[in-house]
Amino acid sequence: MIALLARDLRLALRSGGGFGLGLAFFLLVAVLVPLGVGPEPATLARIAPGILWVAALLACLLSLDRIFALDHEDGSLDLLATAPIPLEGVAVTKALAHWLTTGLPLTLAAPLLGLLLNLPPQGYLWLVVALALGTPALSVIGTFGAALTVGIRRGGLLLSLLVLPLYIPTLVFGAEAAKRGAEGLSPATPLLLLAGITAGAAALLPFATAQALRVNLR
Amino acid sequence: MSLWEYANPKKFMQASGLVLPWVTGLATLLLIIGLIWGFFFTPEAVNFGSSVKIIYLHVPAALMAINAWLMMLVASLIWLVRRHHVSALAARAAAPVGVTMTLIALVTGAIWGQPMWGTWWAWDPRLTSFLILFLFYLGYIALWQAIEDPDTAADLTSILCLVGSVFAILSRYAVNFWNQGLHQGASLSLDKETNVADVYYLPLLVCIAGFVLLFLSLVLLRTRTEIRARRLQALLARERAA
Repeated sequence: MIALLARDLRLALRSGGGFGLGLAFFLLVAVLVPLGVGPEPATLARIAPGILWVAALLACLLSLDRIFALDHEDGSLDLLATAPIPLEGVAVTKALAHWLTTGLPLTLAAPLLGLLLNLPPQGYLWLVVALALGTPALSVIGTFGAALTVGIRRGGLLLSLLVLPLYIPTLVFGAEAAKRGAEGLSPATPLLLLAGITAGAAALLPFATAQALRVNLR
Repeated sequence: MSLWEYANPKKFMQASGLVLPWVTGLATLLLIIGLIWGFFFTPEAVNFGSSVKIIYLHVPAALMAINAWLMMLVASLIWLVRRHHVSALAARAAAPVGVTMTLIALVTGAIWGQPMWGTWWAWDPRLTSFLILFLFYLGYIALWQAIEDPDTAADLTSILCLVGSVFAILSRYAVNFWNQGLHQGASLSLDKETNVADVYYLPLLVCIAGFVLLFLSLVLLRTRTEIRARRLQALLARERAA
């Protein structure tokens, strides 16, 4: 599993695009929103947590179809399926690699973009905490979607259609936690629920992912 | 005699062929009675005027929208566990009916909401979760259409249906948490002594029964079509091979 993780990370780093692309997209959305809704600091401060969450979610979505598609094309997915680690383990590792290359950089970059969007000072900590707790769920759910659509040529659009509704609970609790943090309220309840979703998704979804992969490799 | 006998496509075709005209006829009859009764022979409600009559479409459609997903969930489970093709095809057949019911519920709700709440749409928990249900249906149908091999498609859509159900329920509660709503609470439930006043309640029950039968008849019809299409494909494949 560690070898697979290292391989995926190396591929993401060296093939270019995958790593920086999500971040660049995140930045672009954060720049486009003030251009669209106007530069009033009060408005921006109110919508900043939500915008950052939606932007992070879309940036995550962008790199999902790479998770299995390239491996499927060159046949290494078949090798992984016959490897000594169970397919569930492959699913977890893939999700972890995806999180390390998109979710984690997004979480770290979020305070910077919060600055651009005039996020109130007390909001930074909770924004980062909420993203750190929520983005793993995005990666795990996305890996499941990628496994469903791996056999379909040009499945990118379909992948978004399948995965976005599944992202709704994560988005609601994550954005709510960040918003409450920014308004100076206690974000404990949504944060706990968010952590619950992440833990539940990470524990159960890899089984569904592996099952979908098996069907697609049949 | 067990229920599983109808997992045999031939038995299913025979039985459903016998039942279908009756179900369709009864659905039509009940809907005609229920809707005419509801629309023309119930008093107008205080504060609501005649707009209240849209509940004879709105409530049954909303009910069936959720139950159609439940039926798909059960059919998907049966397919995954026992691998009966009829079950997978029934799940496939139910999805477009379910999405239509969801749409009817959303549209009639909007038409009612405009004069009553003064808005076509509000981000109310119930409305939002129905919109989310609509998206889930779309994803499910799109996945069916995208995959060519029927067994792979059946497997993957079943998995999506199971995972989707969990997330749909999660979304329902997440949305509740996110916003308080305009929509009234449940007016009909089995464990309450009195629900809506009888003048409205009885035609509503007739309409609900009509919608249940309508759903059943549409699903049976569509499943039969799917089975015939599958047989046709098998025949064509045999012709080509010969």
